[in-house]
Amino acid sequence: MTTHRDKWAEEMDDPVLREALKNFKASVDAWSEAAYSRPRTVVNASIRRAGWRVAASWALGCVLVAGGLTAGVYQHHHNQELAKIAAQKSAAQKAAQERAAAEQKAAAAQQALRLEQAAVEEPGAAPTANITDDDLLATVASDVSRQVPSAMEPLAQLMDDNGTVANEAK
Amino acid sequence: MAAGTAIKPMTAEAAEELAAQEFAGIVESHRPQIFRFLLASLRDVDLAETLTQECFLKAHRNWKHFRGESSAMTWLMRIAINLQKDHWRNRRLQFWRHTRANAVDLDEASEWLPSGERSAEQKMLAREQVAQVWSAVKGLSERQRTVFLLRYVEDRELSEIAEATGLSEGTVKAHLSRALSRVRGELRGTR
Repeated sequence: MTTHRDKWAEEMDDPVLREALKNFKASVDAWSEAAYSRPRTVVNASIRRAGWRVAASWALGCVLVAGGLTAGVYQHHHNQELAKIAAQKSAAQKAAQERAAAEQKAAAAQQALRLEQAAVEEPGAAPTANITDDDLLATVASDVSRQVPSAMEPLAQLMDDNGTVANEAK
Repeated sequence: MAAGTAIKPMTAEAAEELAAQEFAGIVESHRPQIFRFLLASLRDVDLAETLTQECFLKAHRNWKHFRGESSAMTWLMRIAINLQKDHWRNRRLQFWRHTRANAVDLDEASEWLPSGERSAEQKMLAREQVAQVWSAVKGLSERQRTVFLLRYVEDRELSEIAEATGLSEGTVKAHLSRALSRVRGELRGTR
């Protein structure tokens, strides 16, 4: 049985191996000599450090620009949302106003119809049966105008149906 | 009383001065070899330079503890081997990093040949052999590689290698034997 020592000695009998190892050593020597005698500059380190600094400032700059852009876009989007909400609100208000006006008109029309029916049913009220639309509207307007705030109520009580002051009529 | 010159006791300052001079001489004579060993082990010029610096820094700190039981070269080589081990251990822990970022590839390492009087064919053959040896060295374990490089690049004796690596001579031979058979296999085109 061969020991490691014998094997090792046998390996070295190989001329190709010996030649290869010689070339390998010569190659490492040449490389090491060239690398060892190359001019060493401390500038390399400072350049590397400066390189890191430049990279860091670039990264910081990019982050700031990206942040600014994001904030701008967000603000724009936020403004758009606010404008949309305001438009929706004003449209809703307008619709409510229109609805109120329509309801008021309908109520006036019903009032006029009731007055007309009452006139038809009362016998002494025949001359007033031929009452015109303009007269009806005037009556309605006077009714509406009588709906005054409570603070004005004492003054309103002094007025008669024709809108003249009661004392004056006497 | 003996006649003649009396030996003056050396002052502490003078002893330090002497030790510094002695260490400077050691650095000057051994630095290229330590650098070459680390360069061959790591294939990274910058890293080899850094570890060489560290090696001599460590040696300087411990210079007063060096008793001369082994040669200065063996002592320095042991420090270099330990630094290299620490480096590989750290690299293994930092596995997410791109390891050997600055290491040159085998082809580039094989380009280096001494400028001797050789024919183009001889040069090509030599380059091919060097590339094959590099390829085999790359496949060796850390310990085998260290032993191989100390023997065939640094021309160290087996006893010196054993001392520098902290292995027995028998183990050194076993590592050398495995490393050589690997190199031979590579030269023959087998693995």
